This record gives sequence, C-alpha cells and structure tokens, in this order.
Amino acid sequence: MALRMWASSTANALRISCASKTPAFALSRCFSSVLDGLKYASSHEWVKHEGSVATVGITDHAQDHLGEVVFVELPETGASVKQGGGFGVVESVKATSDVNSPISGEVIEVNTKLTETPGLVNSSPYEEGWLIKVKPSSPSDLESLMDPQAYTKFCEEENAAH
Amino acid sequence: MIQQQGKKVGLPLMNLVRLNRTPILKQLHLEEKLLRKSSTNWCIINDGTDTPAIVMGISGKPSELLEIGSVLRDQVPVIKRFTGGGTVVVDKGTVFVTLICNKDDVPGVQPYPRSIMSWSGLLYNQVFKGIADFQLRENDYVFGNRKFGGNAQSITKNRWIHHTSFLWDYAEGNMAFLKQPARAPEYRMERGHTEFICRMNEYLPRTDFIEKTTEAVETYFSVKNVNLEATEEPCGAEFVPSTRLLSKQELEEALGPQPEIIGVSV
Repeated sequence: MALRMWASSTANALRISCASKTPAFALSRCFSSVLDGLKYASSHEWVKHEGSVATVGITDHAQDHLGEVVFVELPETGASVKQGGGFGVVESVKATSDVNSPISGEVIEVNTKLTETPGLVNSSPYEEGWLIKVKPSSPSDLESLMDPQAYTKFCEEENAAH
Repeated sequence: MIQQQGKKVGLPLMNLVRLNRTPILKQLHLEEKLLRKSSTNWCIINDGTDTPAIVMGISGKPSELLEIGSVLRDQVPVIKRFTGGGTVVVDKGTVFVTLICNKDDVPGVQPYPRSIMSWSGLLYNQVFKGIADFQLRENDYVFGNRKFGGNAQSITKNRWIHHTSFLWDYAEGNMAFLKQPARAPEYRMERGHTEFICRMNEYLPRTDFIEKTTEAVETYFSVKNVNLEATEEPCGAEFVPSTRLLSKQELEEALGPQPEIIGVSV
C-alpha cells in the first residue's frame, strides 16, 4: 500500500502569510496570499494584464511549497511563450521546477534582478519577484485562467488532497 | 535475485532498467528524455559509470565549486546536469538509482521538492532498515553524520525525477577536484570531503543494496524489468537535452588568467 506522506504545506498551514505592500490583497483560506486583480493558472503562476503588457510570476503558494529559491533560469527577450508551456525553471532544495506561462505571447522583458537575488521570488512573489513580461498574442487566454476566489479554492482543494 | 515482475493489482507500473558502467552523460541524457517525453514511470539503476566524471547541478559555477587547475590537468570531464543540487565526483564505485514518476502515481506526494524528498527518505529507510543508522538529513542520505548519497530532482507539470548517486566506493584523490562548497548543510560543520562522506561498502554488499532497493520500489509500484531498447519506444521524435559536457575553453575561462612565470637569467 502506498504510504500517505506528510505534505510540506502542512507545516505552514498554521500561519497566514502576509500579502505584499500592495493594498489590494485578499487573505486566502489556503494560508498563502492571493492578490486581487490577477489571474491564476493551475500550475501556480499568476499574470497581471495591463494594457499591452502582461507580467508573469509564481504565486505565494508556489514559492512557499518550493522553499528557498537559489537560482532562476529565464528565457531571452524575444522568445515566444505558449499558454501552459514551460519558459524557465527555478531551483530550490536541490530541485529544478518548471515555470509555465499562463498566456501566449512574446517575452519583452525578464527580471534581471533575479540573477543576483533569486530570493525575491520568495520574499516578494507578486512584486519584485516577477519573472517575465509578455506581449500577449491571444487576449482570450485570460478567460481560461482562474480569478482569485477560484484559485484560493483550488489551493484549498489541493492541500486537502495531501 | 530480482523479484520477477508479476503485476501487482492496483499498483502503478514502473519500468526498471538495469545498466552497468553506462557513461553518466548518456544516463543523464536518457533520464532527461524520459522525464520530458515519456508518460511511463521509470526506475534506472546504473551500477557504476565507465570513467570518473564531475557532475554539477544546473546552477553550478566551476570557479566556485571545482579545483579547475587539477580538473584540467587530469582531463576530468565536467558535466552540468538538468536537475538542481550540488556537485559530485562519480566513477565505477558509484551506484546510481533514479526514479521518474507521474505525480498522480505517487498518491500523497505533492510535486514539490520537500514532499518528494521526504518520500524518498521513507523508501530508502526500507532499504537500510536494520543495517545502519540511516536518515535523510538536510536533504542528504547519511549514516550517522556521514553522507553516502547525493540526490537531486527535477519537477515538471505532471512528472518528477529523483536521482541519487550512491558512494558505494570512491577514490579519495578524486575528492580533491572539489572545493569546499559555499552552500553546505549545517550538519557538515565545515568538515572536509573525506571527513564528511563515507563508503556504503562498509555497511552492505553492493548486490544486496541493489536488490533491497528494487524490493522497496516494489512496495509502491508494479515493477517490470525492461531493457534499454524499451526506453526508445515511448519518446519518438528527437529530444535535445540540456545536460551537457562543459568544454575545455569554458573551464579555462572559469579558471581565469594565470600568473605568467618569468624566468630570470643569472
């Protein structure tokens, strides 16, 4: 019989992590912060769409489960990303973890600060720890993503399953 | 003898590939391909690699981790692999065990580093039960406070790999290629390599270790022995791995400018 494993999130479930300085935040019942105004992928990336630019990062839930990020590999500007496709990796606790794009488009900027300070992904996942900026190619991509409430519920269900 | 594959009802299938002295670069290329392109679970056991090699994790920097002068002098291959983690020197005394799994086939384990690592600790706890003071300590496999296995992982959307290089035996001279890493577990307590690591051959025979590992895997999966050719079938189109051999030029550049020795005539 397969053994039930202690999930790393359980240890953190007893605390509520504070959201970033941004005033528009919501404390989620999954004990990681989920920001209003963003859309979320089931693979735990977020996207903030502002005009012709979309900023992408990983969520507080993701960074909490990954542990201390020590290295981030990002694409070159000009690269294409596809919704659901991998565009980079983060390294934490001896593991590389794929990061997937919530939307399709062209990478127009990458967060070069992460080369020297990869820990920004942990300390500021929704602000200073952003990963890439994308020129979206398909506005309808956003419709398939989760709003903050749906993502909060998704996290709760995922945590409950383990 | 490895228990023959009878399908255990209810357990997910795991293909077991046994290799012997397969070059570590070839093994890593195979693993990366199976992780990315296959939808099956795989266990790869490579009993030693053909020649000594240095294997760094994805973010490894030769200038920080290696005694590059010695590495270049002895022409030791340096590989950068696709998984995270630290640097190891491997040779014929290293036993490699790799698990590549669909996340849904390991229920109760979340596709995150610490969860997968904890599960692996339970698996190897079965292997070393009653043999030694085994534990997973700050993400290393140790007997007491001595490390005998280095492990690393890579996690994709639906699959993950956990692979380990076990020091069944090693040549002390090879450890001289490695610098003391800046990032080290607390329990290391600044010990040098030879004081920090230990040989598995002091604890159990090699064949016993491989057999017990297979038995432990069988508690979670229905194991089927397959040959190397089976790894070609599921993957189809050509795959370009990111794992690569560093060039001599790269190592020389990492070494930096060397002082010029000027002869003095008398």
